Amino acid sequence: MRLPEGEPVPDDGALPAVARAGAGARGFGIYVHVPFCASRCGYCDFNTYTAAELGPGAAVGSYADTVLAELALARQVLDDRPPARVDTVFVGGGTPTLLPTDDLARILDGIDTTFGLAADAEVTTEANPESVDPASLKALRAAGFTRVSLGMQSAAPHVLAVLDRRHTAGRAAAAAGEAREAGFDHVNLDLIYGTPGETADDFAASLAAAVDAGVDHVSAYALIVEDGTAMAARVRRGELPAPDDDVAAARYLAAEAALSAAGFGWYEVSNWARSTAGRCRHNLLYWRGGDWWGLGPGAHSHVGGVRWWNVKHPATYAARLAAGVSPGLGREMLTASQRRDEEIMLGIRLAEGVPVAGLPSGPVDRLLADGLLDRSAYERGRVVLTLRGRLLGDAVTRTLLTE
Amino acid sequence: MPAIADEPRAAREGAVDPGATDPTQIRNFCIIAHIDHGKSTLADRMLQLTGVVEARRMRDQYLDRMDIERERGITIKSQAVRMPWRGTHVLNMIDTPGHVDFTYEVSRSLAACEGAVLLVDAAQGIEAQTMANLYLAMENDLPIIPVLNKIDLPAAQPDKYAEELAHLMGIDPSDCLRVSGKTGAGVEPLLDEIVRRVPAPVGDAEAPARAMIFDSIYDVYRGVVTYVRVVDGRIEPREHIRMLSTRATHELLEIGVISPEPTPSPGLGVGEVGYLMTGVKDVRQSRVGDTVTISSRPATEALPGYQDPKPMVYSGLFPIDGSDYPALRDALDRLKLNDAALVYEPETSTALGFGFRCGFLGLLHLEIVRERLEREFDLDLISTAPNVVYRVQLDDGSEHEVTNPSEYPTGKVAAVYEPVVKATVLTPSDHVGAVMDICQSRRGSLLGMDYLSADRVELRYTMPLAEIIYDFFDQLKSRTRGYASLDYEPSGEQAADLVKVDILLQGEVVDAFSAIVHRDKSHKYGVSIAEKLRQLIPRQHFEVPIQAAVGNRVIARENIRAIRKDVLAKCYGGDITRKRKLLERQKEGKKRMKMVGRVEVPQEAFIAALSASDTASKGSGKKA
Repeated sequence: MRLPEGEPVPDDGALPAVARAGAGARGFGIYVHVPFCASRCGYCDFNTYTAAELGPGAAVGSYADTVLAELALARQVLDDRPPARVDTVFVGGGTPTLLPTDDLARILDGIDTTFGLAADAEVTTEANPESVDPASLKALRAAGFTRVSLGMQSAAPHVLAVLDRRHTAGRAAAAAGEAREAGFDHVNLDLIYGTPGETADDFAASLAAAVDAGVDHVSAYALIVEDGTAMAARVRRGELPAPDDDVAAARYLAAEAALSAAGFGWYEVSNWARSTAGRCRHNLLYWRGGDWWGLGPGAHSHVGGVRWWNVKHPATYAARLAAGVSPGLGREMLTASQRRDEEIMLGIRLAEGVPVAGLPSGPVDRLLADGLLDRSAYERGRVVLTLRGRLLGDAVTRTLLTE
Repeated sequence: MPAIADEPRAAREGAVDPGATDPTQIRNFCIIAHIDHGKSTLADRMLQLTGVVEARRMRDQYLDRMDIERERGITIKSQAVRMPWRGTHVLNMIDTPGHVDFTYEVSRSLAACEGAVLLVDAAQGIEAQTMANLYLAMENDLPIIPVLNKIDLPAAQPDKYAEELAHLMGIDPSDCLRVSGKTGAGVEPLLDEIVRRVPAPVGDAEAPARAMIFDSIYDVYRGVVTYVRVVDGRIEPREHIRMLSTRATHELLEIGVISPEPTPSPGLGVGEVGYLMTGVKDVRQSRVGDTVTISSRPATEALPGYQDPKPMVYSGLFPIDGSDYPALRDALDRLKLNDAALVYEPETSTALGFGFRCGFLGLLHLEIVRERLEREFDLDLISTAPNVVYRVQLDDGSEHEVTNPSEYPTGKVAAVYEPVVKATVLTPSDHVGAVMDICQSRRGSLLGMDYLSADRVELRYTMPLAEIIYDFFDQLKSRTRGYASLDYEPSGEQAADLVKVDILLQGEVVDAFSAIVHRDKSHKYGVSIAEKLRQLIPRQHFEVPIQAAVGNRVIARENIRAIRKDVLAKCYGGDITRKRKLLERQKEGKKRMKMVGRVEVPQEAFIAALSASDTASKGSGKKA
């Protein structure tokens, strides 16, 4: 994972008034990054570490306190106009469930005490199927989590092997069942398609297994071989074939067919839910340009047109907070035109799309004629991708933005 | 001459002052050499030995002015330098361009001389272009002093190449002088030999002045500097001079000699070589080969041999950044001041935007102009594949000169004529088969073949010029391990079965790729460009057919499959900045795309596809 370039963040993390203005009136989310994993998967380029001990404040045992220190800083930065309440919390990683459940609970309590958690807040944690069991899931539910997102990736053992995943083929679906047993109404299974060696049948079986697990949300992501990963090295050495875009397109169409047949509807390019209530609100917050604070090393935040990101290494992160300095590494203040570009770039990924008003008519007409935009939505004043358009979403964005 | 050596320096030079030197003391000579056979280095030694350049001011290739000349070791524009020798004589060395593109300029330089030094690398032997210039000099009845250079090299074989020169010139091998421009060995005897062998100029000092222009250059500070050789009469400062071809009259601001920096003189008399400055800003006012006279007592008859420079090769030059178009126009206007042979007119390409159709003497000329535009004017350019000038007759009786394939007439063609050249190739005898192969596959017909020595062969062909400008030279070099050399000269035109091949993207003609080729080769051209484009043009979100067509008949096709997936699956950890920056880069990239209909073609695709068919020009530089 590479962090972007930006201007420096002041030591106290202060935000310009223009970003804070109106923050209290907008929705607010909190992301918590947990940078620990039991082992590293070959395709993963997230900011995560397999050592349990990365220095003072950056060990599995002390990490929650470091996060709580950043939370206190967040409160200070937003002091004059704190958000009315926190609508969504998303704990991701890494493997959040490597932290003791009590620590996850303490972080959640801290968020509630600091900013106030909305009564209907969506509180998600990611989990690896092999790192949860009925008891830990019950404890998470009791701590206030409302949603679990499980990294299933595939139901095919040979695909899981290529991805270096440690769980067995049936474990993810079983964990989903356990989560529902534990009282989670909202459970997501993450799938990855286009892994080298994966056949169309493999992916069909994975989709069927996810649907049969009774979850209300499925995410399906195309495998991307990121530079610097073990998988990239294997591809470079010719040990693995590079993923093929045409295959990925076919898999995506298979996902849409299987999931819609099972009663799921797409609400974002890579996300399907059985109902409106099943949609991940935290995820939607990102795509709708909402405010959130990202806690943890390498975490990204956005408040009122300012995007910033924290230092990457957990030890540096902890040391900064211990010294009373913001862990922010860099930030950018979006210009009006950048904000506009982002609205289109992000909004176009959603089933709700973006308003027609303000978009250049020539490109819109051409995209309609090419079958990349939905004509009935257009007639209702929205620019929404068709199924083929979803596969070419970035091309659509470029067309809308460059003319 | 020990007696003279004791005399004071000023007294010795008094006898040979510019404007006051008796023609019998003058020796005008040039050096004929291939581009890397050491002419400039030899000239450096002569400058030092005659004392016109002091050792401490010496730099390599003193006479080569342009950076490109010095870097590539080739002389583009000729020069003349006046060197007093032993107090009794004046040697005017007229430096000739060493490349086939500038044959006309060479012929004018030769016309300004009474003798020539034939300089041949003792490790390589004579090259085809040198031989062509040698023949040119022999036709002008110039005495030729054969000289083997670089005898200091371990690889030098002076005996072998002396035999070869003796065979070519009908002389005794022992007549060949042996020198090293690098060490200076043999240069002094060479200068004495020039005095001995080169005749003094002969002219009528009382006749109306006539001087031949053998070069003119544009200097930012001084305007056009015209190099002349006086044949008859005398030219003096403050006179008005007249050009016989244009009848234009100019005030003479300065007259002088180069020794080796410009030095004003009280005039130039019979047989002398020097420069004129008139303050004129355009070299077209001062054309190579033209005759200069004085308006107070003008000559009426021009010296023989003047020709208008005629472009042989055309290419479109387009700025990569369309907003550089005015800068390109200004740069061409500036270069034109110094290059009477460069012609250009605005051209609009649907694929490449606004640019200029430019005419050149040959490929080296094209390459030099392009390089100067890029280097001196900081322009990034795309050039289209070079083409020759065609004469097309239609059934309706009309006739069209075609310098741009995209302007090929659309009516029914009765006949097409293309320029033909006489090409001479010198090659080691081992490679004769390969050379014949290449020439025959390019529609050459063999005129004759001679053994210069046991292992060197001269092959003479007539060939279409178009075949030579299309990667011929590179082929020749690579198939003979670099040993073959080439010279060619225009030799009229011939009717040929030529067709225009168009390349279409999604049904739209991409004008930059249209080419006029022989019917037998049209398929190969179409297939190769279509295949190249298929690889170079990124997949679009719709299918893009690529076709090559002659008229309405499709002769080759390829297909760029539609891209099916172009969307990032997710934003890692909310890193929207990264995604937006990627998009911003793509937006920038899109701006550099050229649109052909709806197809986005990256600039790089044009450059790659065009440069791949433009390799001939690469071979024309140093070490050619």
